[in-house]
Amino acid sequence: MEGEKMNEELEKKVFRGRIKVPYKHTAGAYVEKFITEIGKNNKIMGVRCPKCSKVFVPPKMICFKCFEKMEEWVEVGNQGVIKGFTVISHSTPVLPLKPPFAYGIITLDGADTDFVHIINESDPKKLKVGMRVEAVFKEKPRKRILDIEYFKLI
Amino acid sequence: MPKHNVAVVGIGQTKFRSKRRDVNIPEMIYEAVKMALDDAQMEPKDVDAILIGNMDHFEGINFSEMWCGIDAAPGYLKPVVKIATGGTTGSSLGICGYYNVASGIYKNILVVGWEKLNEGGATTGIITAFDPVWERPSLAGALGPLALMANIYAARYGITSEQAAKVTVKNRSNAANNPFAHIQMPDITLEDVMNSQMISYPLRLHDCCPQSEGACAVIYANEEETKKITDNPAWFKGVSTAHYYTFGCDDLMFDLPTAAIASKKIYKKLGIKDPVKDLDVAEIYEPTSWSELSWTESLGFCGKGEGGKLLDEGITQMTGELPVNPSGGVLSTNPIGATALVRFAEAAIQVMGRGGKRQIPDVETAMGMGFGGSLWTELAILGKDPKPLR
Repeated sequence: MEGEKMNEELEKKVFRGRIKVPYKHTAGAYVEKFITEIGKNNKIMGVRCPKCSKVFVPPKMICFKCFEKMEEWVEVGNQGVIKGFTVISHSTPVLPLKPPFAYGIITLDGADTDFVHIINESDPKKLKVGMRVEAVFKEKPRKRILDIEYFKLI
Repeated sequence: MPKHNVAVVGIGQTKFRSKRRDVNIPEMIYEAVKMALDDAQMEPKDVDAILIGNMDHFEGINFSEMWCGIDAAPGYLKPVVKIATGGTTGSSLGICGYYNVASGIYKNILVVGWEKLNEGGATTGIITAFDPVWERPSLAGALGPLALMANIYAARYGITSEQAAKVTVKNRSNAANNPFAHIQMPDITLEDVMNSQMISYPLRLHDCCPQSEGACAVIYANEEETKKITDNPAWFKGVSTAHYYTFGCDDLMFDLPTAAIASKKIYKKLGIKDPVKDLDVAEIYEPTSWSELSWTESLGFCGKGEGGKLLDEGITQMTGELPVNPSGGVLSTNPIGATALVRFAEAAIQVMGRGGKRQIPDVETAMGMGFGGSLWTELAILGKDPKPLR
């Protein structure tokens, strides 16, 4: 009880501040193209490194190993393999969905990098590394990465 | 004493703008990095280490070394370090880069400063550096303190707003000769400046630097590497820093005493007796027109209260004895994390004789200045050779 009272007293001496900042993060041409393709054509696009030939999904300008500019666009599959997953069970205000749901690291067919997205299976017993999944696209795209609504088990 | 002499061997700058909505942060930085690598004709794999800097809070990001050190610079499995010291970020990068090569730790280093100010809020970022109870409600941010400094300076020495406006006219006219400069107002007049909107007395809109987006990349090398890269490097003759902060207005720093301390130190080290005669050009960090007048005094270009006279006599003009800011200075271009590195890069460009229309003839010795942090000053003097003047 003593400690609680003391904490209450100390709380009164805390200076509360709030800073509110609107951020505007430029997407860049690579993100723009990716988001447009998933929304408009339900196609998942990557870029190929001219030096090591690796296909990057999500696409970005520079191959981090070769430091080469990547400009060749490649369509990869809408299906892929789960490399790893976790099930979110605790709710926080920033989550895209109401828990429980799973996040998976997914290697799409034809891609050399992995892609993190939502899997619509929340029972860890039903999920296994190595399972195949397929992208489900939003009917009304909003130019967001969540225009791929989730991946479903196939 | 440095173990190695250090030279600038490659320079890249983006065209600075208020907004770069066409590229994201790494894509923008890459433009400057690629230009510097091409300039030095270096392969990405040959870069030993990377220093990268901005003010993370301004863009609302964190660990910028993590996502720009690899996606925008060849830092994969190499030492990549971020430096963030406010306005001095670029000069802290520039000086740390020098230390890293001068000490023999690396043969070369890629130094990158950048900012993308339209993504977030610079003032909000700056405010977080100040005491939440005493300073944030009043003194926090950049503009307020700079306005107070200008007011005290004007009152003490009888400097007029017309003299301050002349700085803007000089620097923005110079900027018209610099293809990388952000604000392009080649026909700017004294009236334009003096009739511009009052922002924070006595600072009007055109007395203030803009917010810019862009990046600057500079490659340094030791003697051995430099020989392989270029026969026209710009050598560091010396660097100097003075960091200082007191709470609130405990110590009135209206005339930037750190500039006096840092400049005295470097002049002594390099045998510079009269900077106006011994330096051929200076790229100083002037966030406002008033700061250039005041800080040319602190840097010893003239006596106390003589900043206005120095400008009126034409000494700091393109054709003067010591041109100040032929690039257009900070009043024309201010991508905060890159701003002070641009000062060093522009000093190097002048020494290399590569300034095009902004080139001052026959530059042997050039000074670059960084201002920021908590009224810190950082200086570098570059030249055709690494030796002291006397």
